[in-house]
Amino acid sequence: MTRDQLLCAYRRLRLLREFEERTRIEFQTGQIAGFTHLYAGMEAIAVGVCEHLTDEDKIISTHRGHGHCLAKGCDPVAMMKELWGSSEGLCGGKGGTMHIADFSRGMLGANAVVGAGAPIAVGAALAASITGASWVAVSFVGDGGTNIGSVYEAMNMAVVLRLPKIFVIEDNGWGEMTPIGNAAGNRDLAARAAAMGMPAVSVDGTDFFAVHTAAGVAISRARRGEGPSTIVASAPRFYGHHEGDPQLYRSREEVAELRRKDDCLPRFIERVTATGDVTMEDLGIIDADIARLMDSAVEQSKAAPRPTADDVLQHVYIRYR
Amino acid sequence: MTIKSMRDALNEALHHEFARDPRVFLIGEDVGGFEKDGQPVEIGGVFGVSKGLYRSYGRKRVIDSPISEAAIIGAASGAALCGLRPIAEIMFADLTAVCFDQIVNQIAKFRYMFGGQCACPVVIRMTTGGGRNAGAQHSQTFYPIFTSFPGLKVVVPSNAYDAKGLLITAIRDQDPVLFFEPKVLYTEKCEVPDEAYSIPFGEAAMPREGEDVTIVAFGQAVNWSIQAADELRQAHGIRCDVIDPRTPSPLDEETILESVAATGRLVVVDESPPRCGLTADIAALVADKAFRYLKAPIKAVTAPHTPVPQARELERAYLPNPRRIIAAVEEVLR
Repeated sequence: MTRDQLLCAYRRLRLLREFEERTRIEFQTGQIAGFTHLYAGMEAIAVGVCEHLTDEDKIISTHRGHGHCLAKGCDPVAMMKELWGSSEGLCGGKGGTMHIADFSRGMLGANAVVGAGAPIAVGAALAASITGASWVAVSFVGDGGTNIGSVYEAMNMAVVLRLPKIFVIEDNGWGEMTPIGNAAGNRDLAARAAAMGMPAVSVDGTDFFAVHTAAGVAISRARRGEGPSTIVASAPRFYGHHEGDPQLYRSREEVAELRRKDDCLPRFIERVTATGDVTMEDLGIIDADIARLMDSAVEQSKAAPRPTADDVLQHVYIRYR
Repeated sequence: MTIKSMRDALNEALHHEFARDPRVFLIGEDVGGFEKDGQPVEIGGVFGVSKGLYRSYGRKRVIDSPISEAAIIGAASGAALCGLRPIAEIMFADLTAVCFDQIVNQIAKFRYMFGGQCACPVVIRMTTGGGRNAGAQHSQTFYPIFTSFPGLKVVVPSNAYDAKGLLITAIRDQDPVLFFEPKVLYTEKCEVPDEAYSIPFGEAAMPREGEDVTIVAFGQAVNWSIQAADELRQAHGIRCDVIDPRTPSPLDEETILESVAATGRLVVVDESPPRCGLTADIAALVADKAFRYLKAPIKAVTAPHTPVPQARELERAYLPNPRRIIAAVEEVLR
């Protein structure tokens, strides 16, 4: 990767991390309503995949979707406004944290039903196949989602119809509050996907470069018309299932250990600065940029207009008095 | 203008729209066909509604899917979000239970939940209702359930003419349409124009008019109601408005309310079980908005609150029929 590409990837990784750290603070102080599920710890997966994609390519995300949206190019300020429920949010306040979408960026929606995005992304891939368009479709699903039947329906259909589709399984080891070992009869999640008849690889999801390489192979294959692939990427979830989850199922020490040993950001920094192409000073400039951007996003969200009661009946196509 | 069955009328609608709009495609189980020894083998749907499409348009646009209802609906909705005009076929309405999430949590929500950024123009076609001794899991109506969801348009034609015009409207619509084809009506015939035409949603038909009693009915119950109205008129001189809303959602409330304002008496008929269904819904509408016109309590004619039984005698006893509708009309006139 070129120096520019490395800096761009770092900017995204840092943006994803700081967006979640800031969201957490604002949620805890009561600024943001509803449920929120933070992506911190898993950034290298979304960025490693989406750095290969253009606005033409389609992705569908999960309930833990902020990272995928940012990696796909959604405007962080408009996203923060959506979390705030402002009428200037990406979905005008109708979606919220679990339903952020930006069709102009090929981001076809975060989806709050576990596994449900996989069949829909098959449809996005099918559209490319029917029309001859060159885009690929990526669905992100957690390890918990690999126990949902429709994910396998989607995988099988993608194989049968030879669609330009990539299934990214994000294995953070937890399906909500239950360890995946207690929930998956076969802990080898790639083997489950491979059984559907497609290439499936497991990678270290804290290693941006490992994800990026695997995604490059899968996406090129899809673009060549050779069909779908699965990438299983393992990375820790630094926070609970949702904000407010007391995490009684794991100790603070365990989480601290994950942060110390399995954080994708220090790993990325160590690797890119070792060659001398990128310096700590370069990265520090980006960090400061992102910090300013987050402050600005929060300030703008606080000042942004609120939806009105009349907006309830907007975007409605069947009306009853 | 020739006499055609509902099956052929629906088939014509599909051919018209496939020819008119290259974005239209069909996905479902056994809807198309396959190649054997270099020759196309056509299936054309288990009820024959999609016959000829595979030969004309090939497997790019007539897609035989695995038996995977969630993936069928997902594939259709994802393609719709990307600008295509998918028609998904679910063989029996009962089987929407297998892909309920994809319909009610996904396609029904997209336009609203994403703040108007997208439309999701999917048509889901399926067979509906009893009368073929298909048993408890292949005979249900399900259209009342979907009518309760904002974001879904729901269509139930009662004759071949309406079926063609309504399906064309459904395919041209910007939003998700659930299109229920009463399976006993596939062979029922009436005059159907050869050319394409559309029937707007939310406009009821009134196949019979009369000033004594209003009968509102859905799907095959419309035909039972017409038989009942004709018999009442011939035998007793009782005249009924028979209203076929055609689209449970959007519902043509005005036609129903105007009729009840004139007759003061209402019988509602559907082959679904009685609770939380269209009969209760129409009764509530009239009680809310036309109570002062009512001269008698509203009567509903429905199936009993049981699964659909299989044996001929049992299913016959289960389904409403003209005799029960006549009894209900006589009761509201008493």
